[in-house]
Amino acid sequence: MKKNTKALSLRVPEPSGRPGDTPDFSHLKLDAPGAVARPDALSDHHEMRDLAFRLVRVLDEDGTAVGPWDPKLDPETLRNGLKAMILTRAFDDRMHRAHRQGKTSFYMKCTGEEAIAVAQGMILPREDMGFPTYRQQGLLIARGYPLVDMMNQIYSNASDPIKGRQLPIMYSSRDYGFFTISGNLGTQVPQAVGWAMASAYKGDDKLAISWIGDGATAEGDFHNALTFAAVYRAPVILNIVNNQWAISSFQGIAGGLETTFASKAIGYGLPALRVDGNDFLAVWAATQWAEERARANRGATVIELFTYRGAPHSTSDDPSRYRPGDEHEKWPLGDPIARLKQHLIALGEWSDEQQEAAEKDAVEQVRAAGKESEAIGTLGQSRPSVKTMFEDVFATEDWRLVEQRREVGV
Amino acid sequence: MVEKTFTEADRNDGIEPDMVDQGHAPKSTTGGNGTLPMNMIQALNSALDAKMAEDPNVLSFGEDAGYFGGVFRVTDKLQEKHGLTRSFDAPISECGIVAAAIGMGAYGLRPVVEIQFADYIYPAYDQIVSEAAKLRYRSAGMFTSPITVRSPYGGGIFGGQTHSQSPESLFTHIAGLKVVVPSNPYDAKGLLTACIEDDDPTIFFEPKRLYNGPFDGWHEKPVSPWKAQELAQVPAEKYTVPLGKARIMKEGADVTILAWGTMVWVSLAGAEHAGVDAEVIDLRSLVPLDIEAIEASVKKTGRCVIVHEAPKTSGYGAELSALVQERCFYHLEAPIARVCGWDTPYPHAFEWEYFPGPERVAEALKSTMNGGR
Ligand SMILES: Cc1ncc(C[n+]2csc(CCOP(=O)(O)OP(=O)(O)O)c2C)c(N)n1
Ligand SMILES: [Mg+2]
Repeated sequence: MKKNTKALSLRVPEPSGRPGDTPDFSHLKLDAPGAVARPDALSDHHEMRDLAFRLVRVLDEDGTAVGPWDPKLDPETLRNGLKAMILTRAFDDRMHRAHRQGKTSFYMKCTGEEAIAVAQGMILPREDMGFPTYRQQGLLIARGYPLVDMMNQIYSNASDPIKGRQLPIMYSSRDYGFFTISGNLGTQVPQAVGWAMASAYKGDDKLAISWIGDGATAEGDFHNALTFAAVYRAPVILNIVNNQWAISSFQGIAGGLETTFASKAIGYGLPALRVDGNDFLAVWAATQWAEERARANRGATVIELFTYRGAPHSTSDDPSRYRPGDEHEKWPLGDPIARLKQHLIALGEWSDEQQEAAEKDAVEQVRAAGKESEAIGTLGQSRPSVKTMFEDVFATEDWRLVEQRREVGV
Repeated sequence: MVEKTFTEADRNDGIEPDMVDQGHAPKSTTGGNGTLPMNMIQALNSALDAKMAEDPNVLSFGEDAGYFGGVFRVTDKLQEKHGLTRSFDAPISECGIVAAAIGMGAYGLRPVVEIQFADYIYPAYDQIVSEAAKLRYRSAGMFTSPITVRSPYGGGIFGGQTHSQSPESLFTHIAGLKVVVPSNPYDAKGLLTACIEDDDPTIFFEPKRLYNGPFDGWHEKPVSPWKAQELAQVPAEKYTVPLGKARIMKEGADVTILAWGTMVWVSLAGAEHAGVDAEVIDLRSLVPLDIEAIEASVKKTGRCVIVHEAPKTSGYGAELSALVQERCFYHLEAPIARVCGWDTPYPHAFEWEYFPGPERVAEALKSTMNGGR
């Protein structure tokens, strides 16, 4: 018997605003700073499910740290965090410009998201391998990786640590706990779980930490990661950077209208935190919570970092074609650099003059590194020797590669 | 980006999404005999537009392919013209995109899905290989998969290993899949239309280096736009170019070149550079293959050079080479030669050492003319 006599219709989600519209964030449910309780890091994940739907915030409107998640950092750590964020932004600005000047083929900024990779890169030591996306340059910068090596990679020049093999910004540094970035979205999250499983298998004390964008959580690999992390209680921190956009698709296309990204963890039996990603202290506190849990062998935590992609997706993108022009300015959670600066000033540990000096210093550091790197050469001016094209396909070249290398005459 | 070319001089145009408005929607003024000059993007857009207007069961979706119209703008304005549910954005799950298309196709729709770059098609591989390709066979025709999977592929754009690959042979190997690659706007529209109308799954690879002009591999020379080409005169109305029919791009007496996509243009340039009277065959569809055209040409010329961007080992050139050998052995005057990508991943810094250019084609032609020595 036919039961359904009513015509069905297909739903396709649409964002709250498009170009020309006034940005509308009224649908966001934001907890007040300090309002979310902080369970013990070793507590039973069943008892903290509500955290997947709340928003952990520490800094209030006046820049005061409030509530149970305040990590109570010393001023020196705060200043270092602020400086690393400033440096990350200065680096982005210069390399974005370098692309415009024809010095490289591609670049991607992390504007507005600096607090995430910087705080997490400061908390976890290099021994804890990071599995980043292309928007975690702050991890390298916070860990003191040489800017000149980042630029050499971006220029694919003779000193590129990965020999011109990868698209700009797809860095790799084993020593700094930075796993080789894949251009294929999502693939590395389950690999981070595997890395963490290996540490547990060996009886080591190392963690892994991964990042994925809101959009890429739709990939099957994200879900593979959560299954494995839960089943094997892997010592890994699984971050979801929800910056509201995946190129031109708003987060609703990835399922963000139905539930929070953090809450995906619940179905897999993992604890989840949802955090203001533009609040350096909240990011710090949440990461520390997950770290403590993982180090106690209690397994993985999923952290949704709620933020906004301030810049175009990449140098090939023009967001004015698909989102309201001033959405970033109107973002209700502000800017991570401005907020940490405000906090430090409120503490009496920083000043506008110091901010200005730090910004100048960052520009200077970037300029000096740029000079050094460009002296080696920008894309096409300098590059590794052509024969390296045939290396590292295997540990040892097979006859085909030997013959093909000869054919190129190198 | 794509509007300009990726020569050394202006490679700063980057790769990935092209967000510059180039007015891709075809102009309404028709040319002499009902044709319009179109670049390949416009021709593909026109194919989709015409099919969607004609058949309500045709719909299009993919990452950034709805409101925005695709990072290469192939689905530009389709949502505006045909509605939100007929051209929409998909979650970033290639597997989910193809799987949903298979379900819709089996139901009776004709979905056309976009995989943003061929390099990102692998998460969908299981759905394509184990499902789309086999639905008809395993259900004895009870369920079918009339889907079209479109995807930009190929190098020459400084895209590094995740925006440059040519994975066609991973699909030609699969029984039940058709694999189609246009080399010009006219064929692009006609072949895409034929794929949409085909009752079996088709993998439609778009040579992104050709989107805005017939790139011949001389990357230091300025590239001419499509509109100067006869093959850019595209009928405004719907038409099909049949699958399984090759196009003789240039007749010649001395050697047959088999190529598809960007390599058709590189082959023409290579033949000119070598000063060899080559017959250049654009296969257009790899499966089904126009074996008659190949056989006739090789029997006439007695020589065969195969050119593709994909790595040599197990590339489609291997299959073609075996076929030519099986069918034309006693007519061959030289070993069959292959000009291919190297057996390495696609390197960012060595774009033009990796990309098979006209000089390598010319070398192979000269050597083949010399009996392979
Ligand atoms: C498997 C795969 N599919 C598609 C792409 C193309 N692509 C690159 S970035 C991107 C959007 C990612 O959005 P999100 O995950 O939200 O990260 P964000 O860029 O916002 O940091 C897409 C679709 C890709 N790189 N890999
Ligand atoms: Mg995003």
